[in-house]
Amino acid sequence: MATTAATAGRIAATPGAARASRSLWSNAWWKLRRDRLTIGAFILLTIFALLAAAAPLLSEYVFHYRFAQQDLLHTYEKPQFDNLAYLLGTDEIGRSQVVRLLYGGQVSLGVGFVAALVNLTVGIAVGLTAGYFRGVIDDGVTFVITTLNGIPQIYLFLIIAALWQPGPYVLIAIIGLLNWTGITLYVRGQTFSLREREFITAAHTIGARDRRIMFRHILPNVLPLIFVLAAIDVGAIILLESALSFLGFGILPPTPSWGNMLTNGASYFVRAWWLVVSPGVMIFLTVLCLYLIGDGLRDALDPRLKTH
Amino acid sequence: MREFVIRRLLYAIPTLIGISIITFAIARLSPGDPIRLFTFGVQNFTQDDYNRLVHAYGLDKPLPLQYVDWVTKALQGNFGDSFIYHREAFTMLTERLGATLELAIAALILQILIGVTLGVLAALRRGSWVDNVIRVLGVAGHAVPAFWLGQILIIVFAINLRWLPSQGLLGVGKSQTDVLDYARHLLLPAFVLALTGIAIYSRILRTETLDVLSQDFIRTAHAKGLRERTVVYGHALRNALIPVVTALGGILATLVGGALVIEQVFSWPGVGQFTFQAAIAKDYPIVQAGVMFTSTLLVLSYLLRDLTYAFVDPRIKVK
Repeated sequence: MATTAATAGRIAATPGAARASRSLWSNAWWKLRRDRLTIGAFILLTIFALLAAAAPLLSEYVFHYRFAQQDLLHTYEKPQFDNLAYLLGTDEIGRSQVVRLLYGGQVSLGVGFVAALVNLTVGIAVGLTAGYFRGVIDDGVTFVITTLNGIPQIYLFLIIAALWQPGPYVLIAIIGLLNWTGITLYVRGQTFSLREREFITAAHTIGARDRRIMFRHILPNVLPLIFVLAAIDVGAIILLESALSFLGFGILPPTPSWGNMLTNGASYFVRAWWLVVSPGVMIFLTVLCLYLIGDGLRDALDPRLKTH
Repeated sequence: MREFVIRRLLYAIPTLIGISIITFAIARLSPGDPIRLFTFGVQNFTQDDYNRLVHAYGLDKPLPLQYVDWVTKALQGNFGDSFIYHREAFTMLTERLGATLELAIAALILQILIGVTLGVLAALRRGSWVDNVIRVLGVAGHAVPAFWLGQILIIVFAINLRWLPSQGLLGVGKSQTDVLDYARHLLLPAFVLALTGIAIYSRILRTETLDVLSQDFIRTAHAKGLRERTVVYGHALRNALIPVVTALGGILATLVGGALVIEQVFSWPGVGQFTFQAAIAKDYPIVQAGVMFTSTLLVLSYLLRDLTYAFVDPRIKVK
């Protein structure tokens, strides 16, 4: 018994013998694990997300400073280690900057991820439909996309936001429903070429219905690079939200977001530079991590990509 | 080629019609009655006057007719009078065009100079720390919130070091002809606006230069015994620079949109800042003129991009 096992082991180890082929995903994971920059970005992003999620706990047990707590005797406190609540200083009405940053992270990250999810859903659905059915449907979709892309993005969002002054949920809906064109264009293009391939014809001949072909045969082939687009999309939305909030039309105070904290800090930046620096650094690092993750995933998932 | 150009031009028309419908709808669907806004603060304003104004401006007509009226006038550059300034909206917009164009052109020059240099440098020093730093900068340039960087630069260079002015076009008591003063005002906003393009160009140029360097004709050039410098500058760079032209359309698009936020940060009296402030005040004629104008610029830059692609690469055809 023992000898057969040993023989089997030896056979499997001989070069040229059949070896389980690596799937796209395990291959990608193998590459990703060696990509320190991407792993680092992913870890940092996870830390940010966890910190934001734990904001109520941290403010109560670590900083001992409630989120809305004001202290007019300690306005514009400089960043210091003596009092943890003043770790990143205080603002013009003595609120703890670090506690507000944590809560702001909930809003900024939340808007980014939820709106990106809406983008993905709309983008994939519309892109698959247009690319698969072509004809009139595709013409209509192309028209809508070129029209939306024809208006400078910041103008479009700014004017909608300025005229209707939406709350956070409406803002997520607006960004989610207007920012899907990039994803759609990608999915549509891929679907175009995939539907001409033999395996789709094969699926047709065995009588698979359109919906099955779209979701079981085409979508899985499009999916890998969708993750790349998704990471970049979340970053782009966080930047967009912060720019809108900076102009006064994104998330409105007193709800903190990194963008509107920055606007608020801008009014006092001669006196308190730390109010401008910390939210900006958070936005920058978060978006940088997301873009690096996008780049890393692209390298890992796209086998055609030449590695320079 | 001629057929391609004509087709591509015709494709721009439905896009512009779509944009004009959105622009028209934005003002019509948004809360607030334009007549009330327009006559805000007028004494002895009766319901009769109101009805007469509604009729005079054609607001009692069906919406599709109103749209046709609006487009017909807009095509002649007439977007109506501003609710606040009571002057031609489009004329006021064109008065601010110069400032925006100067900012955009300065940014464009910075982008090409800095972006191309960084990209080529990274490719030539591939794998070294120079390459790594430039690659990280290429991503960071996209990730940094431009308005925030603008504020930081103001804090450092205007408030602390006092090297550069913090905002506006001109110093107090200076005239437009004072080129040095103007350049000092232009430097910070142009750099911040250029950042995205610098990142884009450095990434494109790096990939492109590496691509070209791995091609056969470069090996041939080496084999002929040419000096490294001749190979790089005479053969490789010449071909790697093609995307500088083809990326131009896309870059112009980032400039058109990005200018709004940057103008706001640096109080730069351009089209973006003007449209933004009109949007706050719900001054629809200016908002509509601003959106139509910048969108047309954007559509034209996409057009330019496609045409340059086709010009550089004759294989591209419209299906």
